[in-house]
Amino acid sequence: MLYDHPFKNPKDVPDLLGKIRSYAQKAGPIRLMEVCGTHTMAIARNGIKSLLPEALQLLSGPGCPVCVTPANYMDMILELTGIPGVHIVSYGDLLRVPGSRQGDHLLARKSRGALVDMVYSPIEAVDMAERYPDQQIVFLGVGFETTAPGTAACILEAAQRGLKNFSVLCLLKKTEPALRTLIEAPDFAVDGFLCPGHVAAITGSQAFAFLPKDYHLPGVVAGFESADLLYAILELVEMIASKKPGLRNEYTRMVRPNGNPAARRLMDQVFQDCSSDWRGLGAIENSGYTLRDEYADWDAWKKFSLKPASVREIPGCCCGQVIRGVLTPPDCPLFGQTCSPQNPVGPCMVSGEGACAAAYQYGSH
Amino acid sequence: MDTHITLDHGSGGSKTSELIGSILLPAFKNPALDQLGDGAVLEGASRLVFSTDSFVVSPWRFPGGDIGKLSVCGTVNDLCMAGGIPKYLSLSLILEEGFPMADLKTITGSIEAQAREAGVTIVTGDTKVVEAGKGDGIYINTAGIGFLKSDLPGRSAIRPGDAILLSGSAGCHGAAVMMARSGLITNESPLVSDCRPLHQLSAAVLDAAPDAIRILRDPTRGGVATTLNEFTEGMSFSIELDSPSIPVAPAVETACDMLGLDPLYCACEGRMLVVCSPESAEKLLTVMRNTPGGEEAACIGHVTQEMPGKVLLRTAIGGRRILSKLSGAQLPRIC
Amino acid sequence: MCLAIPMKIKKINGRSADCEAGGLTQSIRVDFLEDARPGDYVMVHAGFAIQKMTEAEALENLKLLEDIRHAL
Repeated sequence: MLYDHPFKNPKDVPDLLGKIRSYAQKAGPIRLMEVCGTHTMAIARNGIKSLLPEALQLLSGPGCPVCVTPANYMDMILELTGIPGVHIVSYGDLLRVPGSRQGDHLLARKSRGALVDMVYSPIEAVDMAERYPDQQIVFLGVGFETTAPGTAACILEAAQRGLKNFSVLCLLKKTEPALRTLIEAPDFAVDGFLCPGHVAAITGSQAFAFLPKDYHLPGVVAGFESADLLYAILELVEMIASKKPGLRNEYTRMVRPNGNPAARRLMDQVFQDCSSDWRGLGAIENSGYTLRDEYADWDAWKKFSLKPASVREIPGCCCGQVIRGVLTPPDCPLFGQTCSPQNPVGPCMVSGEGACAAAYQYGSH
Repeated sequence: MDTHITLDHGSGGSKTSELIGSILLPAFKNPALDQLGDGAVLEGASRLVFSTDSFVVSPWRFPGGDIGKLSVCGTVNDLCMAGGIPKYLSLSLILEEGFPMADLKTITGSIEAQAREAGVTIVTGDTKVVEAGKGDGIYINTAGIGFLKSDLPGRSAIRPGDAILLSGSAGCHGAAVMMARSGLITNESPLVSDCRPLHQLSAAVLDAAPDAIRILRDPTRGGVATTLNEFTEGMSFSIELDSPSIPVAPAVETACDMLGLDPLYCACEGRMLVVCSPESAEKLLTVMRNTPGGEEAACIGHVTQEMPGKVLLRTAIGGRRILSKLSGAQLPRIC
Repeated sequence: MCLAIPMKIKKINGRSADCEAGGLTQSIRVDFLEDARPGDYVMVHAGFAIQKMTEAEALENLKLLEDIRHAL
């Protein structure tokens, strides 16, 4: 297909790599952060790190919804499975994420009899509510701006169908406040950002203009194929070498400056901003979405009077620092020792797109 | 005749006899089975291959096959990969109370068809019924005996320079089952399981170059990547695959992109991996391509010495990454 | 953050559309696409089309990459 094939098979790779190398040499050591976990996976799957000069480091940012969900929230969700009649419906991403006890996750609860199911689309969760009127279907609404409008559409759909046994545990997060918190932290050390292309499809590329404007940091909105990634990296190292930070959009087939206004109207109709807790970054004002009062009937937080238990982080786990790009996965003392994809301790090892899982699966360890 | 399985069908009494007499015996009719003895007395060979496998796939019907077809192919293929010619199968059914009789007939029908195609006879069997809620409709165990055709030396004979051949597109079965389980498959879908018996393919390569083949394996659970890791683990060689050379059907690629899966970790149920001497690779590829089920056979990589014990993948843009073993089942994801 | 794949709209049924890629057809929601039509290409994430794409835009994108390579 024209929309991915030529971008999966770039012809000019040696030329591109040569250019990246020469800019990197000029600029000295460079640290780039890919904000989005799907970028992390695409970089790993294409073996891109093996092609880049040593002086150019790629770090994984806070764009994996599983990784930034704190352990005490998972504990709260696991507890919810114990309420009779509650049927948890989730994307596959969350099923193996442990709470604060290693080995305790939704799949383990399911094997002990809890009602837990996996869906590809949240609309399936709405359909399940119709199919099982005696159950309380609770959809775990994780994700960022890309996933938020679909989640909003499902809440409207449930309202329209009059389904009172459907609710969303809204854990949706916003990208910009997290990036600002990360950049303003004292240990911040990143020279440029690969901006998440599918978030930008909704928010518009302009939503990342604050990077050069407020922080003098270059950003490139990038797609997810190998050509997208190599060209975006080239543009970033060029801006860093020439000391002219700007915002560029490499993913123009998908991302408009103004994004998708219809999707944002839908989000506005259903959600309002709220403070949100991030693993590694703490509580950030206006960095999450919550359901507006009109939709309280479909808000699992209100319906089940939920409150996360006090924070119990896991001793030794460095997911927080990994998410901020302060440490790389192999820097963590647990990496590959007590923490592996077979027996994950922290969320970065659980999620397929987690920095640690990608480093373990695709790197040398 | 009952329309659904009841606990009585597992009682050992008249209902059991009725089930055996009305569904199982007519489906698999042969002299050894018709004796209804505690075991079958069979003609043999001097060296035998023996294997067993259990099948719990859910849903029991998937695009391109069902648990019955799978239960024959699985054991037949294990016998073939060990260098055997499959001859006899046992068939054990564990049925859940309430399982529709009509579905059981469908399943026994596909068992019969597959057994006939693969040239094996079902010579002994057993049926048990478990209470409703204690099974997933139907579980099947088969065990098989084959006559040894070729004594394959195994992974210790693998040498640097050897070629890795794959008989067709990777990951079809795993991707099809995952899409069916996610409710994402439609009737006219081209994404179907590759489930098929490998007796013709294995016999063809063993006839063509019996001394050049180090090992045969069907990359089932964990897919091509995991099977190759089983070859390299603890050994002094590595394997390097060339990503663009690995056949992946467009529907498999799309399904994997959609669900965030890697086709190299998706199970195959009708594909054969061959590790052979470099000189014989071309000849074996031609033989495979001229055998049913091997039309898309390709050389997907070579044995190297670079990183002993590891499997590496050279990507389309020339990058390299390690393919480790699958850790836990792949789950569809959105991120 | 977000896996998505390009698909082609074959048929629209209200807020759903039959979309095709790699020979696979799926029912996809198009709630927040304005004026989606059969023949359009869309990017699909978690069962929802998040944006429309045109052939001209794909070709422009390829040209953009070509331009970057020559300019830098």
